[in-house]
Amino acid sequence: MGDKRPRSFYILALFFTAYVLFLYGPMIAIYILSFQGPDGGLTFPMNGVSLTWFGKVFSGGGIVDIGAAFKRSLALGLVVMVITVVLSVAAGMAFRKPFRGASILFYTAIASLIMPSIITSLGIALEFRLVDDFVNKHAADYGLGWLADGYTTAMGLFTSGLGAHLTWTLPFGLLIMFAIFNRFDGRLEEAARDLGATPWQTFRHVVLPIILPSVVGIGLFGFTLSWDELARSSQAIGSVNTLPLELQGLTTTVTKPDIYALGTLTSAVSFVVIFAALSVILVLQARQRRQGSDAGKGMV
Amino acid sequence: MAVTIDTSPDTAAPAESTFRKLTMRSIAWLQAGPMMLVFALFFLLPLVLVVVVSVWDYNEYEMIPALSFRGYTDTFEGCVANLPELCTILKTYLKTLKLCLLTWGLTLMIGFWVAYFLAFHVRSKTWQIVLSLLCTIPFWTSNVIRMIAWIPLLGRNGLVNQGLIGVGVINKPVEWLLFSEFSVVLALVHLFTFFMVVPIFNSMIRIDKRLIEAAYDAGASGWQTLVNIIIPLAKPGIVIGSIFVITIVMGDFVTIGVMGGQQIASAGKIIEARLSALQFPAAAANAVILLGITVLIISALTRIVDVRKEL
Repeated sequence: MGDKRPRSFYILALFFTAYVLFLYGPMIAIYILSFQGPDGGLTFPMNGVSLTWFGKVFSGGGIVDIGAAFKRSLALGLVVMVITVVLSVAAGMAFRKPFRGASILFYTAIASLIMPSIITSLGIALEFRLVDDFVNKHAADYGLGWLADGYTTAMGLFTSGLGAHLTWTLPFGLLIMFAIFNRFDGRLEEAARDLGATPWQTFRHVVLPIILPSVVGIGLFGFTLSWDELARSSQAIGSVNTLPLELQGLTTTVTKPDIYALGTLTSAVSFVVIFAALSVILVLQARQRRQGSDAGKGMV
Repeated sequence: MAVTIDTSPDTAAPAESTFRKLTMRSIAWLQAGPMMLVFALFFLLPLVLVVVVSVWDYNEYEMIPALSFRGYTDTFEGCVANLPELCTILKTYLKTLKLCLLTWGLTLMIGFWVAYFLAFHVRSKTWQIVLSLLCTIPFWTSNVIRMIAWIPLLGRNGLVNQGLIGVGVINKPVEWLLFSEFSVVLALVHLFTFFMVVPIFNSMIRIDKRLIEAAYDAGASGWQTLVNIIIPLAKPGIVIGSIFVITIVMGDFVTIGVMGGQQIASAGKIIEARLSALQFPAAAANAVILLGITVLIISALTRIVDVRKEL
């Protein structure tokens, strides 16, 4: 293979460019259209430029309470992110030692990843429904009458909703941990141990700093996957809706560009999180390079 | 990705070694336990409940814990009586399979060449990371928004229709661009090609470049190298990507709902419809059927290649 680019390079470069345009083109179209003038419609051409539709979103504008959905999704995303990071790092550490059940956990995570979302969602909905039925019918029998008083459902954002999101984010977290430890130099830990570090000190001062950029990556996956999650939440979220669910509901009823404005705002949050996470990763990697370690590089 | 197991020789005295192994094992349990617990509560138990409830009885407003196959018989209602006419459930599954096959074929073609370009033609590591990120960023943004994004392009007065009329190919707007099987497949390809690119790229990047040079030196044409070296070695990635795409599309109800204008039936949508009618056992029976078909497809695919070796 010489230095001159073969013809196939140019053909595939063109193909790749077309793919990237295909990926971003439609999204960019709605970002532009969300700035439609007050008389603008759902399609081009632009009928003036204004912030009318953003104003509509913020003032509620007759559509559902978007502000509340926004806050709910944000809170849930942050909780999912923290739990995903902590549980993934912990489980990733566990897989470095032999333990009974290792392969069960591994295959469960893979199954959870590829399970059609509607089935997981239905299962969680059934689980909570059965709990509800049980509490309503039998709580009094066990002297737990106070529980049944005014009880409606155990389903909610931070019970069934949180669980549904975790079945989606944890497999990603675990797979990223595997990727990290596949190229982790175990001698660094041995060296720390030989120098008298306790297991916690070894983790805190040796392992964690090396894997930190990738751990930020896990956080990025945890938040964004939760922030956009729809299929698994659909049946398992209870009476309140997350932002993607509200958006999906709006697709059938809204005929004005406010849905684009909402889409632009939602994407803006995603982009802020993505770029914040990527910058942190870059800074951490630069610091590692300066301090001479080349372990744990380049994994997002 | 392998499940790494630390096998460093233990030089300590036997008694102490057994003790260390025990503490190590309990520490591993403490570390992996929380994740296992989450999966047990929100994945394994719900799955068991789906199977159990699928054979329960039900009436208009609640499920009745008594053995009954009504969920299944209701689902297959008319399937034997109306032969040779296909019943609703079979028609729906055929339609879902058709959408699934179309999406699979397209994502495979696109994903393969995108991964090929990234793995073999992009030579600098930095560019490889930048271009991979470019492909990944949309995956981190909302699926619903990426569906809505097609409306201004494909709608009745959308850019595509305007363009086609402008050029003079058609003289009135084409209606089948949006809220049709076409737009469903387009959106599915748009959303999920990423799941094909990543595993195929992962397989390709591990191919020893010297193999390709050797083939070139031995006089193989570019096509022969592709067919005899690259495709066989990328097969694990192709299979893993296919599993992702097929399982997603088989169970999909959101994309098919939004892009099909809520008019196209699919395996996932049946479950959703049964649920909103509060017919839990019927929904569960449909989920079991869907699960069975998905498992069949996956096991057929894993016959082609031993995925376990590749993870």
